[in-house]
Amino acid sequence: MEFGLSEEQTLLADSVHRFLEEQVPLERVRGIATGEETDGSQSVWQELADLGIPALLIPEEQGGVGLSQLDAAVVAEMFGYHTTPAPFIGTAVMAPIALKAAGDDTTLAAIAKGETTVGVAIGEAVASRLDAGVTSNGERLTGKCVFIINYGSDRYLVADDTGALFMVASDADGLTHRPLTTVDRTRPSGELVFDDTPAQLLSSDAATFEAVLDAGRVMLAADTLGAAQNMIDQAVAYAKEREQFNRPIGSFQAVKHMCAEMAASLEPCRPMVWYAAHALDEIPEEARLTACHTKAHLAEVGTFIAKTSTEVHGGMGFTDLVGLHYWFKRIGFNRQMLGVPELVREEAARLQGLVV
Amino acid sequence: MDLSHGSEYEAFRTEVQQFLHEHKDQAPRGENMRSRKVLDWQRLLIDNGYTARTIPREYGGFGADPDILKGRIIAEEFANARVSQGLGGQGISMLVPTLLELGTEEQKQQFIKPTIEGEMVWCQGYSEPGAGSDLASLRTSATLDGDEWVVNGQKIWTSTAHIADWIFCLVRTEPDAPKHRGISFLLFRMDTPGIEIRPLVDMTLAANFNETFFTDVHVPKHQIVGERGQGWQVANAILGHERDSLGDPNASLTRLNALTELMKHETMGGQRLIDNPVYRDRLMKIQGRVMAMRFNDMRVLSARLNNKNATLARMITKLQGTELRHDLEGLAIDIMGEVGLAYQDNPYLRDGGSWQSQYMYFLGLIIGGGTSQIQKNIISERGLEMPREPKVEKQG
Repeated sequence: MEFGLSEEQTLLADSVHRFLEEQVPLERVRGIATGEETDGSQSVWQELADLGIPALLIPEEQGGVGLSQLDAAVVAEMFGYHTTPAPFIGTAVMAPIALKAAGDDTTLAAIAKGETTVGVAIGEAVASRLDAGVTSNGERLTGKCVFIINYGSDRYLVADDTGALFMVASDADGLTHRPLTTVDRTRPSGELVFDDTPAQLLSSDAATFEAVLDAGRVMLAADTLGAAQNMIDQAVAYAKEREQFNRPIGSFQAVKHMCAEMAASLEPCRPMVWYAAHALDEIPEEARLTACHTKAHLAEVGTFIAKTSTEVHGGMGFTDLVGLHYWFKRIGFNRQMLGVPELVREEAARLQGLVV
Repeated sequence: MDLSHGSEYEAFRTEVQQFLHEHKDQAPRGENMRSRKVLDWQRLLIDNGYTARTIPREYGGFGADPDILKGRIIAEEFANARVSQGLGGQGISMLVPTLLELGTEEQKQQFIKPTIEGEMVWCQGYSEPGAGSDLASLRTSATLDGDEWVVNGQKIWTSTAHIADWIFCLVRTEPDAPKHRGISFLLFRMDTPGIEIRPLVDMTLAANFNETFFTDVHVPKHQIVGERGQGWQVANAILGHERDSLGDPNASLTRLNALTELMKHETMGGQRLIDNPVYRDRLMKIQGRVMAMRFNDMRVLSARLNNKNATLARMITKLQGTELRHDLEGLAIDIMGEVGLAYQDNPYLRDGGSWQSQYMYFLGLIIGGGTSQIQKNIISERGLEMPREPKVEKQG
């Protein structure tokens, strides 16, 4: 009996951490975000494919490593920690769940090898903004998806207005798309417009849509966990080093208490993410509710830490030079996608029969 | 995560539910902690392993191996049934684990069984008028006179001193040693001559705590835990247990269930409070925080059983747990509007007036047991290794 990560999971986290620290440090993230390194997130993905990251959740029969969603959450946390520009959540987590339900072994195998990437356009089926939305006749899609996840991928996982899931090639007939700039340049977003576009139906089962959504929410929460941890680490390091009034600012209670509050609010988030990710595979009866609460709670705590860490850095925190804003925006992105806190909390209430 | 939900646990849950179904009516509801009903319930819970579960049998406990999932099942089922999971208090939640860790065999034999059974009630002699957050500067003294300590001084905030049988008390025995190394940890009876207790009324208008005065109180020499001058280490072990118990997330779960029930019945303008989306969102927000703290608790417990490090996770429980509980109780008051003000003999009192009294009581707990600010010092200096505040030299 153990409530915590296994030794293998700790090793997985360490190896991803080391790789990202060496190969995708902030300077490279910055280069990709500002467009100096073109197609950067796709090339980072190729490098991660050598580590087996795209293959994490794909069964061994399709060339994957057949790990659990908790393993994926551990990786997502590291990606958040390093603000890694890579199409991880869509390609390696959300798409494989739908593809497994559809029995599409060919695409699963292609993902496992790092040969294809998948973006996710299901936001309209969660809560439509800008009157966007997609209808289908089971074979073709018409309509619009905005602010999709992992824009610029080779294919897209799309939900229609009934929650049925489709796979669409990025070069399909009748599909036009354009990038949408967001505050978070580490993960490109964009818009897809379908005009009688041919699509492969993966599943019209509500349970599949829910499984994809829950996993996406938990991975966004895990990403925030990592990003927020990094912001605390940076704030603490800065406060120990920066001197004013002839002493490190971290010796002032006003500053150290800000750091303590950040740590105190983030620490319970760690087991919460573990449990939520574990529940996705192992405790289906608790998975939905835990995913909703984890998404909302991490968004709230993440927002608090993003603000507080920036304040601890003083004027430097506000600059592009230090680059703290990459984490600030990463946390902001995770908060807005697949349901803001109020929306997922209402869903949590509904799941418990508290909404009539 | 090895949380195998095997059939053993299904069966265990059924067993707990069965127990509650059969015995629920015997559970005390707000009775005096000395009453037969409370003591019988405590005995029944120990016999069935629902409280004092992991205390060894030789000291009167149930003697089960620690099992975080079973602990969770018990907490959940008792919370769902809204039934007391037995006595808490400073003896059970603080002294007993400390004696198990640091007490002599004789002390364990003498004190643990009557304490967990609720027969022996304890109070804690820590704070003094001049030693609050700076507890180590305490001045109550004990000098050895033959086979006895002679204790003189004053304690404050001594909860339950007026009903306690015994006190565990920090005293200065080595006046010439540095302040942290001059303290010893004594146990003595509250009916010893020379003890005077004056009640202190708190903001709830109850006299839960006291000022306690010691004038030449004679204590047998062997009633010391740890060695002379090691009292600070013993006190820290105990404060660790206090901080674990003050933020208890399972108690928060029980209150969360009560709050949800309240919102299903209480109305505003003819509409149930739960049907108000703003109130419902606030409830869900609190539920998310309770959930996170319960997972934190399971992690801390698991780390202890598996010898893994979860120092920071344990350090934050008192700060986060008491603030959460205060917010939870406050939410109930907020959403009841004017009805939330009802107190004492008001005919519109809800849940026995517990929302207001717990709201205030938990503000007391945010302050007691090391204030939130002291907790933040501990978290930043010991948990995050941030520099200490420079010491101010004593003037004159």
